[in-house]
Order: sequence, then structure tokens, then C-alpha cells
Amino acid sequence: MLARRIIPCLDVRDGRVVKGRQFAGIKDVDDPARLGRKYSDEGADELVFYDITASAEARQISMAFVEAVAAELHIPFMVGGGINTLADAANILKRGADKISVNSGAVRNPNLIREAAEKFGAQCVVLSMDVRKEGAHYRVYVDGGRTPTELDAINWARQAVTLGAGEIVLNAMDQDGMTEGFDIALLQAVGAAVNVPIIASGGAGTLEHFYEAASRGQADGLLAASVFHFGTFSIAEVKDYLHARGVVVRR
Amino acid sequence: MPVIIDYDVGNLDSVQRGFQRMGVETVVSGDPAVIAEANALILPGVGAFKKAMESLQASGLIPHLMRHVEAGKPLLGICLGMQLLYEDSTEFGHTAGLGLLKGSVKPLESGLKVPHMGWNALRLIQPDHPLLSYVNAGEYVYFVHSFYADSPTEDVLAYTDYGVAIPAVVGRKNVYGTQFHPEKSADVGLRLLKGFGVIHDDYLSSH
Repeated sequence: MLARRIIPCLDVRDGRVVKGRQFAGIKDVDDPARLGRKYSDEGADELVFYDITASAEARQISMAFVEAVAAELHIPFMVGGGINTLADAANILKRGADKISVNSGAVRNPNLIREAAEKFGAQCVVLSMDVRKEGAHYRVYVDGGRTPTELDAINWARQAVTLGAGEIVLNAMDQDGMTEGFDIALLQAVGAAVNVPIIASGGAGTLEHFYEAASRGQADGLLAASVFHFGTFSIAEVKDYLHARGVVVRR
Repeated sequence: MPVIIDYDVGNLDSVQRGFQRMGVETVVSGDPAVIAEANALILPGVGAFKKAMESLQASGLIPHLMRHVEAGKPLLGICLGMQLLYEDSTEFGHTAGLGLLKGSVKPLESGLKVPHMGWNALRLIQPDHPLLSYVNAGEYVYFVHSFYADSPTEDVLAYTDYGVAIPAVVGRKNVYGTQFHPEKSADVGLRLLKGFGVIHDDYLSSH
């Protein structure tokens, strides 16, 4: 049986991993390949790197980290952040990433998904979306969650998959960094709308949260940052816990 | 030295590094002269069957590949590279494959999510096969595919289960394939590559 994936997420700025994006005065930094290797050794099934480098020029330099990670790891990894064109995507894949994740760039130009899927295959085109619950709906935000759009998350997920997205990272903004649990209702709603793997993001704080997202939320992958970065628990502890509760994981 | 065939289908560095980590030195090349001299070949591949087959045809390497197999030298296809070893595929119409293995490449239509993406367990059918010398039953490897090779059971060394039994490792005489990505399957995948390295060594010592 296919195992649920446990996926640490690393934010990269100017080629260095930064921990805790919502906190002012980031001090804690690390090397992407070194930290990636550590998580891989601990049993991570996949890694996600988001480049949060401020300018496009600086990002070109920052992207050298992708090659370093590819040289170090023998598990799949995804790279996102600032991918607006087919050339941006090609650049990252050429450097050795297995998947690219598009977000704001795809909202502004949905054809980016179609073109990337046709050129590189749907399996390496991931749609990431930042969403917030507003009334009865989930609204899609862009620009790192700063700018609201008119898109409804469920409709956008459906459209993106039709265009060729092979996987969706679903980030619940209200939950992000709050460690109060993944948004189960959101996972269920998107999961019912599309037939591609869904990675739950935003809110992991306890082992129970991972279980809830895998069981009730039916998430294929469980992404978390702070609980791993700050050592709340290890990847092995998450997997042991899930296994004990009957969730299939790779151990 | 085993040669990883470069026919313009993406990044081959991770495959080469996977072998390297297990002490197997390889060369990445699309040069017909290098391919013709190789004692073992690795055929990688990602993306669509038809496009990959066209690239391979355009490379002019197919006759060398065929002679290589006829000479009894080992060949390992990885992921789409494994699918290309079969007779044909129904991906985007009908496309002929290399026909080195019997069977057709068909879409995954079990009702489960497609692509079959992630880590799945190996069910070993021929655990004593040299390719699986360092792989244990139940170990997990990384899959990414929407089509699978419908293979005669006698060619299947290991299955994985995803609604249907998917041939995960296949082998017939000197032609081998893995549906998963050994170079992305952590230590288990690297141990499979080591097994192919041993097959290569055995070929050398017996010729």
C-alpha cells in the first residue's frame, strides 16, 4: 500500500534555510543541503523548499542551493517560490529538483500549469495554494498570502488539475505557524473535488494533528516546518505514532 | 564501465550519483561509439512514452541498444526507461516500444489517484534474483507514474500493489527494469543499483 508521506518544509532565503517565516528578526539559519540530509536520514519521504528570496535577481544566485541539495539527497524534493515562467521552471528542474511548485505565477497565468505539464509531465507540476476561510468559502491568496484573489479554492484546485497539475499543496493560512492542527474540512473539500495527491500544510503542532489529517482529512502527504525545525518531535516519532494508529508509513 | 544513456530526457546526474554512492562508476553518454562499447547500459526516462521513443529514435542509438542485448550484455531500464523496453504503449494513441520484453504499457485505471506517486512496498516474487540481492521484502521505494507495464508473470521479479499488481522490478535474461526510481528511493534504491553493479561485474568476469 502507498505510504503517507511526511514532508518537512524548508524556507530558503538568499541560499540559506530560515526557520519561522512569520516571526520578525529571523536568526536561526542553516545550510539547505545539510539540513535536507539530516531530515532524509531521519526518514523524511520528500522535502519541500520554498525560496523566499526577495528579488528575482537575488533568487538566481540563491537557486544554486538546488544543485547542492540534488547532489546530497536520494529522495525526491520539490522547489517553489517565484516561479512565473516556463523558463523559471526549467531552470529549477535542470538543477536537479524533481518537482516544481507554482503558486502566484499560476494564478496570474493559469496556462503556466498547462505548458509546464506538457513540457515536463504532470507528475512534476505541483500547485501550491494559500487559502483562508471567509464565510462559507475558502479564498485563494497570492504573494505569500498578502494579496486576496477572487478565486475559490475548490474551483481553483479543479481548474489547476484540469490544466495538468499533478499534485496540490494545500496551505491553510489561518493555521500556518499556529500549531493548532491542519484544516480537515478544507482537505476533505479539495480531496472530494480532485483525483490527484494532496499535501496538507499549515497547522501541525501535535502528533494527533498528523493522524487527523491522514485519517479524516485523507491527505496523501503531511507537510510541516516548525515542529521539525524546533525539534518538537522527530520525523521518526511522527511515523511511529501514525503506524501505531494504523496509518501506513515508510519506516 | 556501465553507461547511462543520454537521449535528451532530463537530468541524469541523480542516477549517476546513486551508482557512485554504491561504488559503481558510470559514464553518462549519448555517443553511439561509447554506447556500442559499453558492457552494461542504463536506460533512464521521464515524461511521455511517445516523446521519449521519438527522442531515442532521433538519437540513432536503438540499433546499438539492440546489438547490446543480443550480445547478452546487461541493460537496466528505469521508470519510463523500463516501459520503453516493452512492445507498445497506449499512452496518447498507440506507440511501438523496443519490444525487448513481452507486454504492453497501459494506463493505471484502478480508481485510485493517478499518478501513483509516493513510496510503496515491494512484494518480492523472485527474491533470489541477483538484481534483488540487497533488497528485502516489504521495503519501500519511490514511484511516480500513470502507466504500468502489463508483464507476463514469469518476467516479474517484484510487484507493488496499488489497486492492481504493478510490476515494480522485471527481468528476462539480460534485460532488467524498475518502474520506481531507485535513485530517489533512499538506501533501498541504492542497494538495487548495487545489485545491477554486481550483475555488470559478473558479466565482465564471465566474458
